[in-house]
Order: sequence, then structure tokens, then C-alpha cells
Amino acid sequence: MELTEVWFVAIAVLWLGYFVLEGFDFGVGMLLPVVAGNDAERRAMIETIEPVWDGNEVWLITAGAATFAAFPEWYASLFSAFYLPLLVILVTLIVRGVAFEFRGKRDSPTWRWRWDAGIVAGSFVPALLWGVAFANIVRGLRLDSRHEYVGTVADLLNPYALFGGLTTLALFATHGAVFLALKSTGEISRRAVAVAVRTGVVAAVLVVVFLAWTQLHGGSLATAVLAALAVVSFVLSLVAVGRGRQGWAFLLSAVAIGLTVISLFAVLHPDVLPSTIDPAYSLTVVNAAATPKTLGLMTWVAVIFLPLVLLYQGWTYWVFRHRIGAG
Amino acid sequence: MDTVDLARWQFGITTVYHFLFVPVTIGLSVLVAILNTAWVRTGNPAYLRATKFWGTLFLINFAMGVVTGIVQEFQFGMNWSSYSRFVGDVFGAPLALEALLAFFLESTFLALWMFGWDRLPKLVHLACIWTVAIGSMVSAYFILAANSFMQWPVGVTVHRRAELADFGAVLTNKVLLATFPHTILGCWLAGGVILMAVSAWHLARKRDADVFRPSLRLGAVAVLVGAAGTLISGDVLGKIMTQTQPMKMAAAEALYDTRQPAPFSLFTIGTLDGTRPLFALEVPGLLSQLATGSFDGKVQGVNDVQREYQRRFGPGDYRPYIPLAYWSFRLMIGFGMLAGLVALVLLWLTRGGRLRGKGWIWRAAVWSVVLPFLAHSFGWVFTETARQPWIVFSRMKTVHGVSPSVGVGTVLTSLIVFTLLYGVLAVVEAGLMIKYGRMAPPSDDVTEPGEPSPAY
Repeated sequence: MELTEVWFVAIAVLWLGYFVLEGFDFGVGMLLPVVAGNDAERRAMIETIEPVWDGNEVWLITAGAATFAAFPEWYASLFSAFYLPLLVILVTLIVRGVAFEFRGKRDSPTWRWRWDAGIVAGSFVPALLWGVAFANIVRGLRLDSRHEYVGTVADLLNPYALFGGLTTLALFATHGAVFLALKSTGEISRRAVAVAVRTGVVAAVLVVVFLAWTQLHGGSLATAVLAALAVVSFVLSLVAVGRGRQGWAFLLSAVAIGLTVISLFAVLHPDVLPSTIDPAYSLTVVNAAATPKTLGLMTWVAVIFLPLVLLYQGWTYWVFRHRIGAG
Repeated sequence: MDTVDLARWQFGITTVYHFLFVPVTIGLSVLVAILNTAWVRTGNPAYLRATKFWGTLFLINFAMGVVTGIVQEFQFGMNWSSYSRFVGDVFGAPLALEALLAFFLESTFLALWMFGWDRLPKLVHLACIWTVAIGSMVSAYFILAANSFMQWPVGVTVHRRAELADFGAVLTNKVLLATFPHTILGCWLAGGVILMAVSAWHLARKRDADVFRPSLRLGAVAVLVGAAGTLISGDVLGKIMTQTQPMKMAAAEALYDTRQPAPFSLFTIGTLDGTRPLFALEVPGLLSQLATGSFDGKVQGVNDVQREYQRRFGPGDYRPYIPLAYWSFRLMIGFGMLAGLVALVLLWLTRGGRLRGKGWIWRAAVWSVVLPFLAHSFGWVFTETARQPWIVFSRMKTVHGVSPSVGVGTVLTSLIVFTLLYGVLAVVEAGLMIKYGRMAPPSDDVTEPGEPSPAY
């Protein structure tokens, strides 16, 4: 396998890690006003993700930086093309991040209410916009011969991309509800199950349509199989959560999100950013890549350190494995 | 203003802002780890209370450092896509390594430390905060490797773009080897000042001396080490700067004509356009010493370097904005040294178990809290603006680095959004730091690790 292919896979893995992990903490954040009935319950919900959300977000930072290093042209075209959506994502992620730390720092309901609103918005908006962004990546952008984006913001808000946004939104909300059902006790856990089933049905419909639609952008038998498996695991996850098998439910919804990400990247390959103006202007795994020297160096570092990261992040989940109640 | 100006303003504002929190994070993580170690070793409850007290201030800061850091990574692609295309092969690698080797470590082990008090054995818990401290220094190393590459691009061959030739050279860039200790010691100075200033506030009110007297002394020692260390490493850095970027050194002194020996001016009143000095208070030979290590060394002036650069790089103006370089250089040094002076006085007054001093020295100690932030900010302003017009010295000019597809309105929008957001958050953060800085230290109880009810 060429190193460029290795790094295409590596980038996909980093985004997969990001969406599976931050996906559930976005979900918990979004569901704050839905599941919790009072401040103690909101507090307990936040406690379920507090020790892990920051580590989850590092997957995004690593995905961004690895794209910069392994595919500089991809990074440059993508980030300048998605300027305004990324600005919105950054602002909401900033507010959300400080909200986790700041909300408990003053004993005032207004203060807490404001930061909670920040957590909700900071979970809702990125969950939507990441879907919009990824659908646009798969669909392609108006790139000129220098790989510069010549479209407008309005071009990014096309029906397929917006549908992609709704899909990730619903998927993450369900993923979060499933996580919450697993990690909380009593009333919160019961309500989370009910929410997971309800949002799950909506998400299942969205994900079927979105993945089928995605196949039109260069799908193959393999990508169709991946998409079908994603849908199957997602439905099984809903069945499991309904039957009180919350560990399985969470595992399956994680698998479903993982397979969805893989199927999107599989449809995208060998492009990394197709041009809708002329296929000759598309960025591919080859013409967007860094030199073999840089890729080789990064491969060694990733091979040694990524397993280590998984190991100690896994340990965190083990240390904080207890269920949390509002008591 | 065009996109280049706006993108530069945005980079300047977001970077200086981000770097208000980074030094506190790096500095306080080590100091909290030291106090935590003192508690584990001695069992003295005062150290535990101190650990928790400073830990809270550390966490408030850490959150701001993390969230403003993401902006830094993203804006290379958003505002500076041509730069990113040109340097990605070299510049991206340290950023990726920073994320993979340092950020995961910091965020994961900080959470373990923060929420693991009653879930982890004492020594494992202690190891977590040390891991955070080391992680934050590793992170600084990689980010400074990236920055040093912009100052002195080694380890590359340039074809259509800058391509990595020798990563070892990038990681042992002589600018990096001087910049890293300079920055880290500056961070200890910043962390130390927080301990010093907040402790002074409490001690002046005779509160919790068992917690705040050792904290004050630890902080003051960190400030002294930081001040002395930045001075020494800064001296080394100055000599390297003279070899690598003679224009920067000339701009730092506003030395227009080559002189041997060259004096160092403590302050200068110049013409408004900054091209000619009117009055200067000078120390003879000192600039020669700073730049070359000899009191009668030759230091090149701006005009001569300008002529030389035109020969090497073609026609153009290679002069940075000199008054800014001149004053930011002095203010960086001045504010840093002033903090060192305050620390020296406080160590003297609190020696041998004593706690004396007039009201004014406590007030001075409290207000010294602003000094390292001013020093750091001016330091970044100096090192980044005195490199201009280059974005990568001798390889790429800043005007060629911006995103061609991004319009003025877009950059202006994000500049306004970030400025407003950062402004609001600054007020909130300062308010919280003051509130928690004035609180009494928390109690010394830690429940022993118990059996949790597992979810999985």
C-alpha cells in the first residue's frame, strides 16, 4: 500500500474517532434541556461526559493537524473553502468548552442557565455543521485549476449537504441518548432510553436516505455494503436500548457511526476533494499529498503512539466507569 | 485594509490572546505538581490545600487555553491557505506531532487528575499532574519548532513548495534550541507571578499563612528562576538572531547605520515615522555584547541590511516597522525584569519564617500579576512583527501567504467575531480568576478510593 493511501486511511480513522467519541458528548449536550428536569439532573448529565469530552475533542485537533501535514493541499483548500462554517463551529466549540469549566463556578441560576445554553448551542451547531461539511466534501466543491474554492457560502447549503447535516445531528443525538442511558441511573436513564428510541427512529430514516443518496456520488458494491451494515447496526442498537441492553446499544451505535464515516470516505476515495467544475481540478490522494519523506516519518510516529493514545484514553473510560445519578 | 492586513491583525490578536493562557498553564502545571508532590511526601495538609487552591485557578485557565488553541490550528488553512500549501510538508508535521504526542496526553491525564482524587491511588494521581506538566512542555516544543522554522527555515529543500529534507534539523533548529528554554522559563515566570500575587493579597490580609507563605515563596523562586533564565537564554537568542536575521536585531535597536562598537539605548525619542532618532539614552558597547558576545563587535544597521537583502532577494522593502520592534523589545525585557525584582524583594522579606513588609510591597506584589503578560505579549509582537515582510524568512513573504479565495468581508467578519467573543470571555475569565483567587483555600479532605457502581 502506498503511503498516501495509508494516510487517507489514517485521516479517516481520526475523523471516525472524533465522530464516535465527540458524537456522544455532543448528543448529551444537545439533550440537556430534553432529558433533564432540573439543575441537579443537568449537573449529573454533564458529569457523565465531563472527564472525557476534552480528550474526545483532541481527535478533531489531531485530524486537522494530520491533514495539514499529510495532505497540505487538501487542508488549504478545505479550510479556506469552509471559512464561514468553520468560524461558526469554532465559536460554538469555544463557548461550549469554557461552559463545561465555568458553569459551576458561580452559585447563580442565571449564570448556570447561560452556560447551559452555551453547551446546548455548542453541541447542536457543530453536530449539524460537521454533517453539512462532510456531505459537501463527498459531493465536491467548485474548485478551480489551482484547487482554490470559487463558490459561495450559499453553494455549501445545498439540499444534499443540509440533509447530511440533519443526519449527523440526529445520529449524534441518539448516540448521546444511548450513552446517557448507559452512564446514568434512575429517572435520567429511563428518560434517555425513551429519547434514544424516538430520535433513533428519525435518525434511522435520515441515515438510510442520506447513505443511499451518497451512493450516487461514486458508490460501489463495497460502499453500499458498508452503508447497509451501518444501518443494520444502528437499528440493532435501537433494539438493544429498548430491551435494556445499554452496553450493547452503545457499542452498536458507535459501530454504526464508525461504518457511516468509513462508507463516506470509501465513496470519496481516491479523491479527497472533488471539483464540481472539472474532474481534472479535483484534489486526489496523490496530488494533495505531502512528500513520501513526511508521510514516512508520520507513519512511524502514528504506528507507535496511536495505540498508546487508545490505551490511556481507554483507561480513562475505565477509571470513570461508574454510573452517575442526580442524588 | 486588505485581506493581508486583516488576516495579520486576526493572527496577532488570536495568538497574543491564546498566549495569555498558555504560560499560566505551563507554569502553574509544574508548580501545582510540585505542591502536590510536597503533600504526598510530607502529608502536610497545608500543601494539599495549596494544591487544590492553585489547581482551581489552573483549571479555569486551562479551559481558555484549550478552546483558543483550536482557532490557532484552523486559521492557517482559513486565512493563510497559500502559506499552508507552501509549507505544509514541513510545518504540518510538528503540529500533528503536538496533537498526537502532547494534547491527548494533557487532556486525558488532566481529566484523571481533576476527577480522580478519590478514584486513583495517591501516587498514580500525582503522576497524572506531572504527565500534564510534561505534556504541556512537549506541546510547547513542537509549536516552537514550527515557529522557529518560520524564523530560520532549516531542514528543507524548496522546489514548488518547501519540502522536508531533514526532520532532525527542524527539531534541532538553533533558533528553536534557544527559543524553547526562553519561552518555558518565561512561562514559569508567569505561573510564579500568579502564586506570588495571589498569595501576597491573602498574606497582606493575614489569611491562611500556612498555605500562602510557602506558595508565595515557591512562586517567587519560580519568578526569579524565570527572570534569570529568560535573561540568559534571551542573550543566547539575541546572538543567534544576529546571525540568522540581522534585520531583526537592527530593528530591535533601531540601529540605522552599522556601528562598531554599538551602544544599547535604554530609550529613544525618534521622529514620528521612526526613521531617525532625536534623543537617546545609551549604554556604550552593550548592543555589541548582546549581538556578538564582544563589547566592540560590529552590529549591522538597518540601512546596510536593507541593501544586502536587496542584493540577495531582489528589489523591495525588507524593513519591519522599526518603532514597534524597538519598543516591544524593550518592554518585553523591562516587564520581565521588573517581575524578577519584585520576587527578589519578597523572598528577602519572607526569609527564615518571617512575614514582614509595608503595605506598599504587598500592593506591588499583587499588581505584579500583569507584568509577565505584558512581557509575553510584547515578546510575541516583537518576534513576529520584526520578521516582516517575511512569513518564512528568506523563503516566502507574508503578502504571498494569504488565502486567495477568501474576501476582505469574510476576514473582517471573523476578526470582529473573535475580537468580541475574546473580549467577553476575557472579562468572564478575569472575574473568575479574581473571585477564586480571593477565596479561602479548600479543605484538606480526600476520600479514599472506593468501589464505584460500574456502568460497564
